[in-house]
Amino acid sequence: MKASAFDYVRATSIEDALGLLISHGERAKVLSGGQSLLPAMNMRLLAPELLIDISGLAELCGIVVKASVLSIGALTRHVDLLRSPEIAEYAPLLRDAVAHVAHPAIRNRGTIGGSLAQADPASELPACMLTLGATIIIRGPAGERRIAAREFFLGIYETALGSRDLLVAIELPAAPKGSTPFFHEFARRHGDYAIVGLAAQGVVEDDRFIDLRLGYFAVGDRPLLARVADILVGIAITPAALAEACSALDDELDPLEDQQASSAMRRHLAKVLLTRCTSALLARPDLCTGAFV
Amino acid sequence: MTNPVAISLNVNGERVEAHVLPRLNLADFLRDHLKLTGTHVGCEHGVCGACTVRVNGDIVRSCLVLAIQAHEANIETIEGLSDSGEISDLQAAFRERNALQCGFCTPGMLMTAQDLLKQSPSPDRDAIREHLSGNYCRCTGYQAIVDAIETTARMRVEGRP
Repeated sequence: MKASAFDYVRATSIEDALGLLISHGERAKVLSGGQSLLPAMNMRLLAPELLIDISGLAELCGIVVKASVLSIGALTRHVDLLRSPEIAEYAPLLRDAVAHVAHPAIRNRGTIGGSLAQADPASELPACMLTLGATIIIRGPAGERRIAAREFFLGIYETALGSRDLLVAIELPAAPKGSTPFFHEFARRHGDYAIVGLAAQGVVEDDRFIDLRLGYFAVGDRPLLARVADILVGIAITPAALAEACSALDDELDPLEDQQASSAMRRHLAKVLLTRCTSALLARPDLCTGAFV
Repeated sequence: MTNPVAISLNVNGERVEAHVLPRLNLADFLRDHLKLTGTHVGCEHGVCGACTVRVNGDIVRSCLVLAIQAHEANIETIEGLSDSGEISDLQAAFRERNALQCGFCTPGMLMTAQDLLKQSPSPDRDAIREHLSGNYCRCTGYQAIVDAIETTARMRVEGRP
């Protein structure tokens, strides 16, 4: 299908884009890479009257590391994240995750800001933001706001962004010393939206977790930083402890049912991922036994 | 409201000036306005890969780019790659191995395969499959497509024609 008719304007600066958003509000949509917006418009799920194209704003591009904080411009494309030595060094989880975001032709245009603003519950990057403790930087009519990732994602395609706001950047603390990423998702084909996925990062000392963050996606209406991680920190992990954690995980999940998977299947796969993640991060193949391998 | 807008771009080495409506996507512009019908339109929401073209050297879905966004860009379509001889060996390998049946996906497959071979001269079969993961062949001839790309990669590395 084709998109319905709309007007189009190229923003010349952040201020210009904000001015246009203030004038047009909910009748307008911000266009960056267009890899989520344009499909939705082609399918007539969205019909904005005006597209404000911010893709030419160089001030929203690029990755900077300063004082152990990674600053990522909203227009940084997936392919830029994938190839960035700074991301590989300071946020290796993000590099691993981006390889699963869609396909090369889409990664060449899709942007991190667009993906986060879209907030598809089955997409990879929102969950990574929770796991990595990201701060989302927003510019709006009242100036700049900084929102923690855990307060940013509010539901399916729903975020803390208002209709006059522009997501301008993301800040990530550099991955802690000794931390290891774990990323895995189940999908029908490589690059498709996940059936269930896990973006995790852990620090292990003397065979125990001293830190563990588990960012699940496609297990509910928004990404989930699972509290079950707390159960696994500081203890000697036995198959019994892991089984208890799997059971506790069940209480946190509220998976949707769709044509890809039933809610029960998603619950099962989330436990499989918890088992594989724990086993991989602790280098304990013996934990991959039982029902969830 | 929604009046045609002037754009100027380079398509396969030729300067093109046109007036387009904002809603027109690049795939339809190439096919309907420039009659470059080698770029195919399948799903129109970025899933099938049949409309893959190059914009400023990067492969993209032309159904997910507006023609108006291609203003001042450098576009290369399957016609351009074919006429310049850039992928003649890849095309020959596709013919040789019967890597096309109905042919609908073939332009997108060739664009994506060439993109891979430019970035990675000796990809293994897994890497080929991963790079092609965004291109559907509904005749399901994937095995032959992967074979043809693998053969082309090997011949290029060995410097054979």
